[in-house]
Amino acid sequence: MHFESRNRHTWRLIKSGAASTVAFLSAVVVIAPLGFVFFYLIEKGASSVNWSFFTELPKPVGVVGGGMANAIVGSGELLALAALIGIPIGVLGGVYLAEYGSARGNAMLRFIADVLNGVPSILWGVVVYALVVLRFKSFSAYAGGLALGLLMIPLIMRTTEEVLLLVPNGYREASLALGISRWKTIFHIVMRTASKGIVTGILLALARVAGETAPLLFTAFGNRYWNHSLSEPIAALPLQIFTYAISPYDDWHRQAWAGALVLVLMIFVINLVVRFLTRDRAARAL
Amino acid sequence: MIQDSVITETRMPPPEQTLEKPESAILEKAQPVFEVKDVSLWYGDKQAIKNVTIDLPAKAVTAIIGPSGCGKSTFIRCLNRMHELVPRTRMTGQVLFRGQDLYGAGIDPAVIRRRVGMIFQKSNPFPTMSIADNVIVGLKLNGVRSRRVLNERLEKSLRMAALWDEVKNDLDKPGISLSGGQQQRLCIARAIAVEPEVVLMDEPASALDPIATMKIEELIRQLSSDYTIVIVTHNMQQASRVSDLTAFFYMGQLIEFDETRKLFTNPKQKQTEDYITGRFG
Repeated sequence: MHFESRNRHTWRLIKSGAASTVAFLSAVVVIAPLGFVFFYLIEKGASSVNWSFFTELPKPVGVVGGGMANAIVGSGELLALAALIGIPIGVLGGVYLAEYGSARGNAMLRFIADVLNGVPSILWGVVVYALVVLRFKSFSAYAGGLALGLLMIPLIMRTTEEVLLLVPNGYREASLALGISRWKTIFHIVMRTASKGIVTGILLALARVAGETAPLLFTAFGNRYWNHSLSEPIAALPLQIFTYAISPYDDWHRQAWAGALVLVLMIFVINLVVRFLTRDRAARAL
Repeated sequence: MIQDSVITETRMPPPEQTLEKPESAILEKAQPVFEVKDVSLWYGDKQAIKNVTIDLPAKAVTAIIGPSGCGKSTFIRCLNRMHELVPRTRMTGQVLFRGQDLYGAGIDPAVIRRRVGMIFQKSNPFPTMSIADNVIVGLKLNGVRSRRVLNERLEKSLRMAALWDEVKNDLDKPGISLSGGQQQRLCIARAIAVEPEVVLMDEPASALDPIATMKIEELIRQLSSDYTIVIVTHNMQQASRVSDLTAFFYMGQLIEFDETRKLFTNPKQKQTEDYITGRFG
């Protein structure tokens, strides 16, 4: 009896230890690729990241040096255009889902938003190509921004809805009981309470589309020079990386690595900002 | 409980037949603020209020008592149309506020709620706002711009809510940094800052400790000289301490309505007596 129970105890310890080990290894498997990608990028790209990378235009093949200034600025412009389209529509859509609408209509909208979130990003490029590029007979920054913006809408819509639903109903009631109208209650009380969550959702959507290449292939198209008009093709960091990476030139490969490193750092910074914004709320919840 | 309710349901005639006109001095001389006529309310298929008829007098404290689920919270929400926020509610009957139909065509609920404020069970200062902003937010969002008016109203409301001395040096601190009792008084200050005529209170002290509760009760007594107060409570001692009149609700019906003193010492209905003597509920 005594012997048997000790035996069982040992067996349980073994099972517990095995479970912990498996869980730990799974965690390593999750984290390892991130570390691998990051260090590989630093190894390959860091040597080519220098001042001229941020300030100069790409040089012709065979000429050493040059940079991706136009692509970095271009990515910024495309993100700004995408934000102009994606943020207002996404946030207002989220407000509609959380605060207005009928239960059945909202269930359908939510389903559609989830489907859109799952649509491969290249399809957005195809759609914008058909609707905008063909009609205006030109690749353009507008088309690229629109493709990214459309990609952002369902992302922002769902995160906005979720954080608005987290706002306790007591605040809505308190506001309405003061004789404050419905829309003022939503915009000044509910959205203000959820503002950090909404901003977090927006930043995460921006970080997500900042690295998108496929929707830009036949919308923004890419450009080796400065873009002087938003109705003309524009360079973008992911596009430039793509073009350079599939080229046969070693020099361009190094530039592609550098571009990839800069892109990852940009997204990393956005995520750090998100962490900083949400830190306060997490601390309060504890 | 289920059995009990079945028995009372069959034994109990409709309230309007048994409810005698209260021979109350307060009721007779005071002009009613609310005239509630034959109001019934359903949540979906479930009837929460059954044919309630009652006149609530001005500048008095009326307590609504009754066991949980008797419709007392729902009833006061009919007085400022807050029940409309719950989907699938349906109401019949009429509520007159100073002679005007609350549910008449073209009546904006926001306008009613500016005149009929409400305090909730759980204190709910806006978490992103300072103490001062919490008090004046109702004025600001209703279009009051003048700094002078806002500052005056801020101090006046906090003084009336018996909170001024405790917070006058911390007006910029977050409203949610206060204690539970202070938060509830902050909510009262916020409600009276828009200068309503009536303040509805839905179990305002049920989440507070005895000392904080005592302060809220003192406050209610003081406010009753300027405001009409309707307070829902499941605490009968509280009802007897703070109110001039008491209405007893049971299973969505108004069973008895009388001066508080009379209702608690000499109830006319058997059910009221059973409830206040603690035999059920």
